[in-house]
Amino acid sequence: MKIAIASGKGGTGKTTIATNMAVAIAREGRDVTYIDCDVEEPNGHIFLKPKIREQYDATVLVPHVDLNKCTLCGDCSAACEFNAIAVLGKTVEVFPSICHSCGGCSDVCPENAIVDIPRTIGHISHGDGMGVQFYEGRLNVGEAISPPVTKALRRLDTDSEVLIIDAPPGTSCPVIEAISGTDYVILVTEPTPFGLNDLKLAVGMVQEIGLPHGVVINRSDIGDGKTEEFCHRQNLDILMTIPFERRVAEAYSRGEMMSDVNSEYERRFWELYCSIAEKVSS
Amino acid sequence: MRIAIASQGVEKTSAVDPRFGRASYFLVFDTSDESLEVVENNQNVNAAQGAGIQAAENIAKKNVDIVVASNYGPKAFRALEVAGIKAAIWADGTVSEAIELAINNKLKICDKANVEGHWM
Ligand code: SF4
Ligand code: SF4
Repeated sequence: MKIAIASGKGGTGKTTIATNMAVAIAREGRDVTYIDCDVEEPNGHIFLKPKIREQYDATVLVPHVDLNKCTLCGDCSAACEFNAIAVLGKTVEVFPSICHSCGGCSDVCPENAIVDIPRTIGHISHGDGMGVQFYEGRLNVGEAISPPVTKALRRLDTDSEVLIIDAPPGTSCPVIEAISGTDYVILVTEPTPFGLNDLKLAVGMVQEIGLPHGVVINRSDIGDGKTEEFCHRQNLDILMTIPFERRVAEAYSRGEMMSDVNSEYERRFWELYCSIAEKVSS
Repeated sequence: MRIAIASQGVEKTSAVDPRFGRASYFLVFDTSDESLEVVENNQNVNAAQGAGIQAAENIAKKNVDIVVASNYGPKAFRALEVAGIKAAIWADGTVSEAIELAINNKLKICDKANVEGHWM
């Protein structure tokens, strides 16, 4: 069972919900893996406090030009859709930070002067915390292209019964990379006009990919009912509503589990999981 | 000396285009024969980034020694450096004024990028 947690924007409590659900499932004795795919700003570790046991590099292939073979013909540059390789005077320069590793340049080089070499753009950490298997991808500072790290995370071989995938915020490529191939997507939102707008974008995205989905409304009591109205009109399942509670908010701002201050949440997150499991299997 | 000027038009009276990467044209002036060549700054329309790299490549093909514009991003600057082209900062008038200043060595040469790159 692979469940992705996504949100049209940051700051909706997506990671809080993902980690709390993972822990609730683990406390029921299930084998659960949490994967933090928000590689530009992973913060699941704040809640799960994992002990990291292994770490490896996430790499991409970038072209390297052998100037002894190169005739400066410019075919590589003409083939590159991303302007990431250019013939400049007597040399060919590669701009790794905007290279998309498509291999187009080495395919067209008539002299076979281009070889692809790995370049590290981030790393992946693996460990466990609070009974949950933990993986996190982290993009190195200054890197602009995150999907390869997300891809590496999603290719991980985990044999856990339940996989909780914490997607990056937004609706762009890295999000699609994170959620594709999952069984169900939980869209976390807040009932504000901005929240609703982002929710609409997120719903459009999952519908386009064609993944089953439902909504969790966080801070559900601050709104004016427009979000619920939208969900009803669109036939979207509201899986859970979480009212604002000061002591809970304070707990998670300290990186604590919601169920540590309000034990009801352990049951509520377990039920959230069960209701999704039921939808997926039916 | 061959001088490329980022330009909004194709005449010597055209205004200098401050944007290096997305300049409409480069006018290449050769001091040895006083010829002026129009180079279109053809850009890969699909690419969100790297306009400055391609602009540098477009003028590197023309063997220029110095280019005049006012905004250079970090990758454009790096590309010009690799190509051995000096980046002069000036966009307060016409192409012919820019040529005049370049010939008389009156332009400020940029030693690092002066605008941030664009991210997607
Ligand atoms: S295509 Fe090959 S030979 Fe031509 S410029 Fe590029 S690296 Fe050199
Ligand atoms: S691998 Fe693709 S994106 Fe990178 S330089 Fe070559 S053609 Fe451009």
